[in-house]
Amino acid sequence: MHYSPVALHIPDGFLSLAVSLICWAITAIVLAMAVSRTNKSLGEKQVPLMGIMAAFIFAAQMLNFPVAGGTSGHLLGGALAAIVLGPWAGMLVMTAVIAVQALLFQDGGLLVMGANILNMGLFTAMIGYGLYRGVSKASRTTKLAVAGFAAWLSVMGGALATALQLWLSGTSNLQTVTIAMLGVHALIGIGEALITVAALTFILQTRPDLLDETSASAQGGRGWVVAGVVISLAVVLLSPLASIHPDGLNRVAEDLGFIHTAQSGAGPLAGYSVPFFADASLSKIAAGAIGALVVLGLSILTGRSLQKKSQMSK
Amino acid sequence: MHSDAFDRYHHGHSLIHDLDPRVKVVVTVGFILSNALLPDGGWTAFALAWMFVLTASLFSGLGFGFTFRRSFIALPFALAAITVLFSIPGKPVTSFQFLMWHFTITDAGLLRFVSIVIRSWLSVQMAILLVAVTEFPKIVHALRHLRVPAVLTVIISFLYRYLFVLADEVLRLLRARESRSARAAGRGAGGSVLWRARVTGNMAGQLFLRSYERSDRVYNAMLSRGYKGELMTIHPHHVHASDWLIVLLSFVCLVIMQVVGRMP
Repeated sequence: MHYSPVALHIPDGFLSLAVSLICWAITAIVLAMAVSRTNKSLGEKQVPLMGIMAAFIFAAQMLNFPVAGGTSGHLLGGALAAIVLGPWAGMLVMTAVIAVQALLFQDGGLLVMGANILNMGLFTAMIGYGLYRGVSKASRTTKLAVAGFAAWLSVMGGALATALQLWLSGTSNLQTVTIAMLGVHALIGIGEALITVAALTFILQTRPDLLDETSASAQGGRGWVVAGVVISLAVVLLSPLASIHPDGLNRVAEDLGFIHTAQSGAGPLAGYSVPFFADASLSKIAAGAIGALVVLGLSILTGRSLQKKSQMSK
Repeated sequence: MHSDAFDRYHHGHSLIHDLDPRVKVVVTVGFILSNALLPDGGWTAFALAWMFVLTASLFSGLGFGFTFRRSFIALPFALAAITVLFSIPGKPVTSFQFLMWHFTITDAGLLRFVSIVIRSWLSVQMAILLVAVTEFPKIVHALRHLRVPAVLTVIISFLYRYLFVLADEVLRLLRARESRSARAAGRGAGGSVLWRARVTGNMAGQLFLRSYERSDRVYNAMLSRGYKGELMTIHPHHVHASDWLIVLLSFVCLVIMQVVGRMP
């Protein structure tokens, strides 16, 4: 059976205890909210549905397509799950998937599972659902394009969060790990975006009732749009900052004493004391934003062409 | 596909197999926590931790080499830590030229890198042992007893139960794609990457609908068998005195490791 681990699953030992516990705390709070919401608003019928949807995400990750040179693209599913099932259910489903990957396959650690759930389940759901929810009244093409962009950005967000956690733990050099993680996942994210858009197109054609106004996916409040946009902006703004001007972030983290807390019990990190070049980093941030816009444009074009093709094939 | 195609459980009767699953989960997490707390370069403590894993493997009847064989799964991730070799200031150990960059490995960097990899390697071995000696449904049941919300444990149980059913669906979809992708000599099969991605996306959508409709049938079947919102087990867990003894012994070992690791 084809099962390819993704570089986003952090194993035990690579994050410091403090970073692991902080991530667990955030994850536990969000999951507690998700559980109480689910218990209140969903019937008992939803639980078997979510369980089988978790198995679906797990199985869908085995679907792959050849890209080039022996590499293949496949689905991670965080954005798709949140768009189709709604944000809270999407989070719970992704949590179950990540927990089973860690417990059964040792793909990702136990102590760092909080961080893995945060990166691959919670951020992806917030970005994926939040951006999609913002255009829920728009035309189908816009919805699909935004879903594609959100899928791409959700992968990038997970990669950036992973890089930042590794850096705060004193495991990696900020600039190197950010560039490496974002570089690789910019490609993986394109595969994710293409599959997500095509899958949504397929569902919209065959079972449009699953994605209409009354479906689970339309039941998240407008607050999700705010959360999605805020986290997306954080990803877009922090990525160039961390990859091009790591000294700034290093400095901030050191000034706040955050690095020393984060690495408690771990060795020292390279001390950076280069001043923060505010003006130069602004242009890089702009470059990052423009890059994101280009990808958005590309995914709109892709969405259009996919739609045309599927209309022609009818 | 057989229902336990994904299972990592090794059937057997041993001291470790027969422990209460809660005890095994708690000791495993405690062990991984202890590894995270060990300071860099605590070689004696790392050795003791490995002895702990080996002793547990021995008592589980799986043999010394069992966890070792599968323990390198987390190793590719060590790439992420490789930068500490160069970035931590210290005495230069060796240096080399790569293209236009000049790298110097420092002793402090080397110490940190090796410590990270060993911590990870030890933790992974313990997790491998846990699933090898505990049936997965029992782990999930233990999590429920350890106050993990019922919604989550039930979702995980369903995921485990239907994973192989849906994996079979995936195999059917992949086989259908293969059988429709004729390949002429000299020309690759299939269209552009975009086209291939769309086909895969359609397969994911198809899989979603099949799963969705299956969940309806499953729910109806469960209702007809008396489902009331939570899964039941006919294997109630009892913590015996021997379980408490093992927990106590394990935590004494972990404390000793911490003390040894912090000795100058």
